[in-house]
Amino acid sequence: MTSTSLPADLPGTAPSAAAASQDFTPRYWLFSLPAVLVIAAVIVFPWLFTLYMSGQDWKIGGGVEFVGLGNFAELAKDSRFLESMGHTAYFTILAVVLPIVFGTAAALIFHREFPCRGLLRTIFVMPMMATPVAVALVWTMMFHPQLGVLNYLLSLVGIGPSGWVYDPATVIPTLVMVEVWHWTPLVMLIVLGGLAGLPREPYESALIDGANDWHMFRHITLPLVWPFIMVAIVIRTIDALKVFDTIFVITQGGPGTASETLNIFLYLQAFQFYKIGYASAVVVIFFVIIIMLSLLLLYARQKSKWNA
Amino acid sequence: MNRTLKKLGFWASVFVMVSPAVLVFLWMISLSLKNELDNTAFPPVFIPNPPTLKNYVDVFAQNNFGLYLWNSILVTGGAVLIGLIVGVPAGYGIARGKAHKFAILILVARMTPALSYLIPLFLLFQIMGLVGTISALVITHLVITIPIIVWIMIGYFENVPIELEDASRIDGATTWQAFRHVALPLAKPGIVVGGILAFIFSWNNFIFSVVLGGKASRTLPSAVYNSLTFEQISWGPLAAAALLVTLPVLLVTVIAQRQIVAGLSAGGLKDG
Repeated sequence: MTSTSLPADLPGTAPSAAAASQDFTPRYWLFSLPAVLVIAAVIVFPWLFTLYMSGQDWKIGGGVEFVGLGNFAELAKDSRFLESMGHTAYFTILAVVLPIVFGTAAALIFHREFPCRGLLRTIFVMPMMATPVAVALVWTMMFHPQLGVLNYLLSLVGIGPSGWVYDPATVIPTLVMVEVWHWTPLVMLIVLGGLAGLPREPYESALIDGANDWHMFRHITLPLVWPFIMVAIVIRTIDALKVFDTIFVITQGGPGTASETLNIFLYLQAFQFYKIGYASAVVVIFFVIIIMLSLLLLYARQKSKWNA
Repeated sequence: MNRTLKKLGFWASVFVMVSPAVLVFLWMISLSLKNELDNTAFPPVFIPNPPTLKNYVDVFAQNNFGLYLWNSILVTGGAVLIGLIVGVPAGYGIARGKAHKFAILILVARMTPALSYLIPLFLLFQIMGLVGTISALVITHLVITIPIIVWIMIGYFENVPIELEDASRIDGATTWQAFRHVALPLAKPGIVVGGILAFIFSWNNFIFSVVLGGKASRTLPSAVYNSLTFEQISWGPLAAAALLVTLPVLLVTVIAQRQIVAGLSAGGLKDG
């Protein structure tokens, strides 16, 4: 999908030169060496250190004591942790499914030619780039129970005020709404990329067979863009699991612990209670979940030949 | 008749899709241009009357906004620059050396929550006395910029035919010269895309600055969150600050929309 513009005829492009491309000598390793060193320092070291800390009880003041799997055993009994897993699952499922559905619908619409398409698409994509903290602050103002514009708009259509993020029952769906607003554009762009590469022939023959719009979508478009939708599902799942900024700014995990996801739980354990070992154990569990889910999704993506 | 109805339905769906984006941004602008009285009025005042720039003046005058803006420029600029210097050759090395395993390691780095890097790095910086410094923030932001740049550059360099480099080597060029004079110029669009995306995600990052930033080294997102609290409900300055934080990335998005779209499709995941 990358568009690298190549000059049409560069001098010296001899076919015989292809032979040289066969030897992959260590000379290319040198190019990656600086990155390898930096990645080792800021990415791999933290992983290993976290693994080490997950087996320690970290004392304020700097001492550590080996507790083996003690942190994990404690986590298994920590109802707040287990609840945060539930919140994460609830949030993630909604924050994957809704953007996928809306984003695919949006892609189908933006795939057509219509006046001002470029401009409208730019506007549609803007939320994705907006700074999450800025967005979260404005949504918080809109959710305000007395002064918020959303409850005012609801009152105009005769619906009573919603508790939005102030009601434990609606807080997660409300946060999902912000997430949908923020990231549906990314799904739209990915699926739109898939739609751009569709062949014309199946549609022409389907048209001759008298298929209607729905049939064409269901039996031609969907199977053909399914790999792209799978990519979007993978990206959305990983991103939804990682959401921190919006939840932290809008609710800090509240009311009570009603919107405390794994990320928020982890943050509080590490940087509010300074239970470093405990928090590291959470990271390890989180990491395992992400790796397993990604592998599962990547496997599904490779296996997925949509059955039309 | 049926045709008109269909057309009407189509435009209605376009309207429904675009309006949430438009409404939120318009409301943000509206809040930032109203005085405090109008911002806390119920029913809400939609059109600022008269519009005032006082909130913007206040943001700069009272909240050290200039310093935090400068911090953000330093941190994001530094992290993107180092990311490009280190990441572009790495992308080349991985693409040409077919180091797929290393590429996967970088992808895993993209998938891991930012918080998981933060605990060890926080402890490390504490030992080194770097907590609260700009350098600490630049280093942590490398976690964001390097994977994006490397991953995008792999895609671009894989699209550069190796025959061109082989030809230059037959003419006596070293591997470095082939990279520098043949592959690099051809991958320029990729460098632009990688740089832009790394800039956006680094600029938007919040959590690293919350934990590692000191009073004087905070970047804009965490500064806005910290210095303007809801207890005072000073909505006008808050909205103005929020708008100013996100303005640079929105401008870049509008200007470089095509490149960003290409880059995101090529494997950019958001940070977090």
